[in-house]
Amino acid sequence: MRLLLRRLSFYVIAAWVALTISFFLPRVMPGNPVQEAISRATQSGVCNLECVNAIRLELGFGVHTSIWVQYLQFWGNLFHGDLGSSWTQGNQPVATLIAQYLPWTIGLLGAATVISFVLGTLIGIVMGWLRGSWLDWLMPVATLFQAIPYFLLALVLTMFFGETAHMLHLLPSSGGYDVYTVAPGMNWPYLWSIVTHAVLPAATVVLASMAGFILGMRNQMITTMDEDFVLVARAKGLPRRRVVWYAARNAMLPSVSNFSIAISLVVAGQLLVELVFNYPGIGYHLFKAVEDLDYVLVQGIFLVIVVVVLVANLLADLVYVLIDPRARQEAAG
Amino acid sequence: MTAGAATTRTETPLAAAGLQPPPSVLRSRGLRVPRSPKVIAGLAILAVFVVIAVIGPVIAPYSPNETGIYCRTACSGARAAAAWLQTIVVHPAEQVCNAAGTVCFNSPAVLAFLPKPPSGAHWLGTTVFAQDVWSQLLVSTRATLLVGFIAGAIATALSVLVGVTAGYLGGNADEGLSLLSNVFLAIPGLPLLIVLASYVPSAGANVIVIALIVAVTGWAYGARVLRAQTLSLRNRDFVEAARVSGEGRMRIIVVEVLPNLLPIVASTFLFTTLYAVGAYVALAFLGLAGAPNASPAGLWNWGEMLQQAYPQNAVASGWWWWWLPPGFCIALLGMGLALLNFGIDEFVNPRLRAAGLSRRSARRAGISLRPRLGITPVMHRRATGGRHSATAAVATDAVGSEGAAP
Amino acid sequence: MMAPEAPARTPSAKPAQLAEPVLEIRGLCVDYGYGADAVSAVVDCDLVLRRGEVMGLAGESGSGKSTLAMAAIRLLRSPGVITAGEVLFHSRPFSEEGPRGTIDMLAANDSVLRTVRWSEISVVLQSALNALNPVITIGAQFDDLLRVHRPSFSNRDRWNRSAELLDMVGMTADRLRSYPHELSGGMCQRAMIAMALALEPQVILLDEPTTALDVVTQREILEELMGLRDQLGFAALFITHDLSLLVELADEIAVMYAGRVMERAPAASLFHAPRLPYTYGLLNCFPPMHGPRRPMEGIPGSPPDLRVLPTGCAFHPRCRWAMERCRQERPVLRPLGGPNREVACWLHAGDATIPRELAHPEPPAAAGRPAATGPARAARARR
Repeated sequence: MRLLLRRLSFYVIAAWVALTISFFLPRVMPGNPVQEAISRATQSGVCNLECVNAIRLELGFGVHTSIWVQYLQFWGNLFHGDLGSSWTQGNQPVATLIAQYLPWTIGLLGAATVISFVLGTLIGIVMGWLRGSWLDWLMPVATLFQAIPYFLLALVLTMFFGETAHMLHLLPSSGGYDVYTVAPGMNWPYLWSIVTHAVLPAATVVLASMAGFILGMRNQMITTMDEDFVLVARAKGLPRRRVVWYAARNAMLPSVSNFSIAISLVVAGQLLVELVFNYPGIGYHLFKAVEDLDYVLVQGIFLVIVVVVLVANLLADLVYVLIDPRARQEAAG
Repeated sequence: MTAGAATTRTETPLAAAGLQPPPSVLRSRGLRVPRSPKVIAGLAILAVFVVIAVIGPVIAPYSPNETGIYCRTACSGARAAAAWLQTIVVHPAEQVCNAAGTVCFNSPAVLAFLPKPPSGAHWLGTTVFAQDVWSQLLVSTRATLLVGFIAGAIATALSVLVGVTAGYLGGNADEGLSLLSNVFLAIPGLPLLIVLASYVPSAGANVIVIALIVAVTGWAYGARVLRAQTLSLRNRDFVEAARVSGEGRMRIIVVEVLPNLLPIVASTFLFTTLYAVGAYVALAFLGLAGAPNASPAGLWNWGEMLQQAYPQNAVASGWWWWWLPPGFCIALLGMGLALLNFGIDEFVNPRLRAAGLSRRSARRAGISLRPRLGITPVMHRRATGGRHSATAAVATDAVGSEGAAP
Repeated sequence: MMAPEAPARTPSAKPAQLAEPVLEIRGLCVDYGYGADAVSAVVDCDLVLRRGEVMGLAGESGSGKSTLAMAAIRLLRSPGVITAGEVLFHSRPFSEEGPRGTIDMLAANDSVLRTVRWSEISVVLQSALNALNPVITIGAQFDDLLRVHRPSFSNRDRWNRSAELLDMVGMTADRLRSYPHELSGGMCQRAMIAMALALEPQVILLDEPTTALDVVTQREILEELMGLRDQLGFAALFITHDLSLLVELADEIAVMYAGRVMERAPAASLFHAPRLPYTYGLLNCFPPMHGPRRPMEGIPGSPPDLRVLPTGCAFHPRCRWAMERCRQERPVLRPLGGPNREVACWLHAGDATIPRELAHPEPPAAAGRPAATGPARAARARR
């Protein structure tokens, strides 16, 4: 338990740093953007005096209390689940809005990451084991995919497969479901629509992130295959599958412990993918909010992204403890 | 090593192999690295882009901002009108009413340009704003590369500072600095970058400012790698010896430790440059790196080109010449950096190097088998087996003696 | 130390007569890399390991001793390539199963190697911690092995057999539940030795098995190993850079330099009367475990770069007795006066004057270990 507690406290610190940064940013940055945000809210007509004051309070603009008092209030509000409200979304509480956006993002991210990690790891294992075979031709392909930004791949996939584009007209490339023909709820047309709309965004994230897992796993596999215990396993005459497993199981350890870096990149990539596909998750709304200078919503969404990434990290730590006896011993001790 | 080397080298294995080293292996390790095709390809790609970054704005046929360039070559009057008409679509006038339906008026015909596909005059066609894509691409290379390299350099410097200090000093300094870099590693970089950039709308006008913002979110990984490497170096004999002989801390770090970290530092630089290019392009694509027509004016870069194309529906409309070239450049530059990085990886981790091991070289050497773990290949150089041995031996001998004769 | 059973101790052993060979290596050449980039690590090596005997193989690092052993059982990693020679394994398995007759190791395919390796010829590598899979328990690694080679065993049988094997090397059965990182280096090496003996092999290759351990553990493990040898009757090829170690446990010793065998002799002869300057240097760079103190001299210079070997005798730049001939002609291994010994050195050919250091008289026969092997051989024959 000790190891996990230590990791947990580390993530708490990381979250604290991230949120503190997001608290101080609007307060220390040169005033223009915040000022403009407030004047835009005021002029919009949607935001009355009360609403404008709330924004001022949230961003610490033209407020006369000390910054430390504001900081305490900020945390107090957070613990009450109060993230302010968004004037661009009809003054709805940010927490409510995020609760609407989050399932889309988590669903897409979860599915895509799991597929990508599992597939990428498997391909990497095979490529490492069969080094020097025709499979090596996958290397430059994987390198190329690793170098392409997610959103660019999204554009390319839209061009080839998107319904609105001119080539194959295969799959919907905009939105989370078909808002015109199906009604949200527990019905098959709706669920099917969700699935078809998720295919292109998920494929983008999988294709773009898998290359990293493949290359990392291949290199680890090659390094591990040079270890004595793999040679000994071979000498012992173990079946080939068992020998590959000996190597793969060990090669996976760094891959899992580096998952935190991977997940940050995947999340970042997916945010942009959501924008390209108008996918109604937190990424899409983050950019809309940035565009509208709705900083209260921006801050709320940033908080949620940080929490999602840190939770994913914690999950990876749990998996690591499960698969590495050395870490397990440390965790138990 | 003398005259005998040339004659005995090829076909008389037993006597010669141990004594006469083939000349190629005499080359030093340092010279061997660039021979890897990956590194050569990576260097070539990078070199091309650097050249374009330097001379691009000079050789660009048009200004990237210039609109209506169709008329540049002496068009006037009716001919000009004809030229224009081919590229516009006239939406039919339609009636627009206010919400209550009390006031209605006819909207004016909307003139919309169609982008032109690639032609002799416009190698990569034009944008919907009638700008030359080729010129934009050439001009955009400079800022994209500059921001990438500057941000990469700043982030690498930060990584070295934090990583090496933490690794070398150890103790509380290590604890604190490691915590700092791990925290920055755990906080998702791009969202932080977006939030940062959204508060600094004028950042896009200045290469240094935007590079700084990108670097702040991209140094942590390198710091972690460098710390680990420094830790392992710190306990090596030569560092220990320097410490015992009373050399100063700074001197040991600079003279003993840093040179041994160079491959890792280079790898960190390439890695962060790759990250920085991606981050800058992403920011520009989101419209957070300043538009060229804004005030202060942002810089033309590949992400900006995509940012202009995407909302104009360039992807769905099939205007590939507008958005694919910058996309291709991004991918190519990224690939070049990644390939170089692989080269360094193979240099640092010799296990990844396929030392004369590829299927091709095995086949060239006369064995068709892919070397397999735990079954050392047997390759009888003089005679393979009963059936072929006689003829093979004769043939080899003949070639050998002929070759040796002159 | 485990003593052989009493009835086996008959005085009928004839030390002078050589046992039949079990592993024959003839003219083996091993390269690293192909074609123009190839570097020869082992050149034209002959070795004969005899049934129930311990053959020591000594040399500095890079002399090709491990390469030779690993190549002999085709376990050398790429880019290692065997380019010439033959390796014959004369199999006479202790158990009912297992291949009989002579097996050409270099012509063997995967399935033949599977029946020979580990069940008839097993290996113990230098670092046991590296040779054991770090993420599964010791017991699981025994289990994997027995599952393949003893398909008739039940789960219970495999567990019992594993426990028995651990007991043999002085470990308790509860260690089967341990992971490698929970054991000390010595424990790991013991477990590895137990695993190497699990299938009752006829030959065991020991590739510097104790180099990574401290002296006391090294001592314990070697004694245990030799006890097991007397008990089980396997032959061993013991590779080390520490010649003084070999002197106590080997029957015969071969010394390698720059990929070639340069001297071969019965252990006692080699120890008391080295004929090769290199052997002399090796003997004087490790303190002997027993016997009188001698000044340590060592060998000047460092092992040669295999890519750029000196002409003539590869050792001549470091040899204090080097002659003009050594710089020009490469000496070949040739028989020398005395029992069953060979040396490749120009000092012992023709009319060169042999330095005093290399001219010690042969020790009296039947001294040292070889006498002890008689009962062991008898014990094995009884099985």
